[in-house]
Amino acid sequence: MALVLNEEQTMLRDSARGLISDKAPVAHLRKLRDTKDADGFSRDLWKTFAEMGFAGLLVPEEFGGSGLGAVEAGVVMEEIGRTLMPSPFLSTGVVAATALSRGGSAAQKSEYLTRLAKGDLIASLAVDEGAKHRPNKTAMQAVRSGNGFRLNGAKALVVDGHVSDLLIVAARSAGKPGERDGLTLFLVNPGSKGIAIERTAMVDAHNAARIVFNDVEVTADSVLGEVDQGGALLDGVLNVGRAAVAAEMVGLSDEAFTRTVTYLKERKQFGKLIGEFQGLQHRAAHLYTEIEIAKAATLKALQVLDTDFDNAGAAVAVAKAKAGSVATLAVQEAVQMHGGVGMTDAFDIGFFMKRARVCQELFGDSAFHAEQLAELKGY
Amino acid sequence: MADPEKFRAETRAWLEANCPPEMRKPVVSDADVFWGGRNTTFSSEAQRVWFERMRDKGWTVPDWPKEYGGGGLDLEETKILRQEMSAISARLPLSSFGIWMLGPALLKYGTDAQKREHLPKIAAGLIRWCQGYSEPNAGSDLASLQTRADIDGDDYIINGQKIWTSMANFADWIFCLVRTDFSAKKHDGISFILFDMASKGVSTKPILLISGKSPFCETFFDNVRVPRSHVVGTVNRGWDVAKYLLQHERSMISEVGERRGARPLGQVAANSVGTDEQGRLDDPMLRGQIAAFDIDEAAMACAAERAVDLAKAGQGHPAYSSALKYYGTELNKRRHEILMSSGGIDALEWESPRSREGLAARTWLRTKANSIEGGTSEVMLGIVAKRILDLPGA
Repeated sequence: MALVLNEEQTMLRDSARGLISDKAPVAHLRKLRDTKDADGFSRDLWKTFAEMGFAGLLVPEEFGGSGLGAVEAGVVMEEIGRTLMPSPFLSTGVVAATALSRGGSAAQKSEYLTRLAKGDLIASLAVDEGAKHRPNKTAMQAVRSGNGFRLNGAKALVVDGHVSDLLIVAARSAGKPGERDGLTLFLVNPGSKGIAIERTAMVDAHNAARIVFNDVEVTADSVLGEVDQGGALLDGVLNVGRAAVAAEMVGLSDEAFTRTVTYLKERKQFGKLIGEFQGLQHRAAHLYTEIEIAKAATLKALQVLDTDFDNAGAAVAVAKAKAGSVATLAVQEAVQMHGGVGMTDAFDIGFFMKRARVCQELFGDSAFHAEQLAELKGY
Repeated sequence: MADPEKFRAETRAWLEANCPPEMRKPVVSDADVFWGGRNTTFSSEAQRVWFERMRDKGWTVPDWPKEYGGGGLDLEETKILRQEMSAISARLPLSSFGIWMLGPALLKYGTDAQKREHLPKIAAGLIRWCQGYSEPNAGSDLASLQTRADIDGDDYIINGQKIWTSMANFADWIFCLVRTDFSAKKHDGISFILFDMASKGVSTKPILLISGKSPFCETFFDNVRVPRSHVVGTVNRGWDVAKYLLQHERSMISEVGERRGARPLGQVAANSVGTDEQGRLDDPMLRGQIAAFDIDEAAMACAAERAVDLAKAGQGHPAYSSALKYYGTELNKRRHEILMSSGGIDALEWESPRSREGLAARTWLRTKANSIEGGTSEVMLGIVAKRILDLPGA
């Protein structure tokens, strides 16, 4: 498969770009932040998103979705990255849609996926517990109780957790923290008794929550996939999420870079355009190269997810690690080259820096994924 | 192409049947590389067989037209052939500046007579070429070159000196930049000309490098007589040909993904440093460096692949190869720093059978030229800044 978008994917990109740049420029996020919006995203816009088929992009057609793949999800994520539009697309349209499509029973799929594709259901994956992303270290307990399970534990960085209609929770039904075996995924109603949800206003003004589970009862029907064997499903779901976040980082890097190059061509110091200075030219050219390489690695990972899902681990690790370190560089260079104005809240570039920091941590930072690759290569 | 998967299957079967096992091992010494030329010899029977079979198939230059000794493959087929060769770690049957640099320039700018004369000999490895670009005072500022070609009847008389001419002492012919108009602006008075290194008045002298080897030469021209018909492209417009050729040279240099059969760094390091109880490399910092490197290298390989696909889709930028040349060469230097670090004190032995006469150290030192030859990293970044990013000229 060629490492370029085909005609349909290009059309999808253009329509996503049109909508997002029109309805959700960075000013949209700024306004939601400044007004301390209760939802942290626009429900109207999400509805429009769903009408255009984006919410159900990864939902199979039989459940009202478009039945498209990771490449298409990445195309939309990259556009989201360009304006930092807050929306449940990642949590719901990408991660939850993948989890339900791949792990759901017939009943679970028809109950949730149809609503999800319509934009009527927001769903979140609750996996992280400590300060760093370590899915195998999941400690949250799922103890058999009657016909079902009782959940105890706490989750952090649950993206869109405070507006969710459905939580997909990773818990340990067997084994010890650190082991891959023994994990089970549960579909949990956030309104269940024993659940406490705290919205955590984040550095990037996007949505996340901490959630405490205190003796939460769930039935056996709420198990997503196999009991004790959720590790593989979780890995696959996370890989789609990781590649999607890589695509978002490519978008935000590209946008921060474009704004920076424009500035280099406008701003004068010492009687010259600062873009004439070789010191800045070389740094800009280096950054361009890094972004192109991250773009290629990300598209590769998305393609491998569509063609060889079970063996996409290495390609995804490369993409998430590379896009993460490149995004970090892109936003740092953007602020530095903008000089003092880049440090002001009134100027948009800081929003890119904040979002890049969150995207780095989300689903594993560059060091985590370099470690994954080393493991896969056996050294 | 009709059916890529059919072509892949046929290619795989042909390579399996025709590539000798000895040609599927990593290149470890100069003798493992076949360069062709008038005075060439094969270092082994397997090397000869592999070369001749590939030549007969047109696969020393798979994407050249069949009439010039090529395989007539399209870009997709060429990519498949390379992938399949990589998959069995097949060595290149023929290494050649004629293939990598001159050939593409001749295909674009050469006359019919020039193409018929030179391309088939390049494809068949009969003539070995060298590149006469740099001069002692024209390195990064290549257009300052002073080697002169003065008209004398139907000939030019060439006088001057070139430097860093890779393997000129083994070359049969040279493709050379000369100044044919001293009154024009510096880019506008240069011509691109071909001549035989056996011509009267040509002499070469190897330059010893810090690696202890002499891959480069100084080359001197003392009243060398060359027919005017040997100019490629328009007289005084040789800079266009030179630039086009440099793009190919840069793509070639950036092809880090093509390091056939090179052992993974993690494995090399584990053999040297050892592993801990969990089977992990027994040097966590080195392991981290290798993992970070592997991420960058894998990502770079994707970018090299994408560059081909972008070109094919008509979305490529002519200066893209400069970005990849820059990145690929910096990456290769990093790779060899890690290899030296992995080898530790063993890699420091300069003259011992144990170290294969300092192979790791000599290669490490040689790679330091990667970011200088073919245009320095700084020149590459300047090209990207001006031509892709359109930043204002200084």
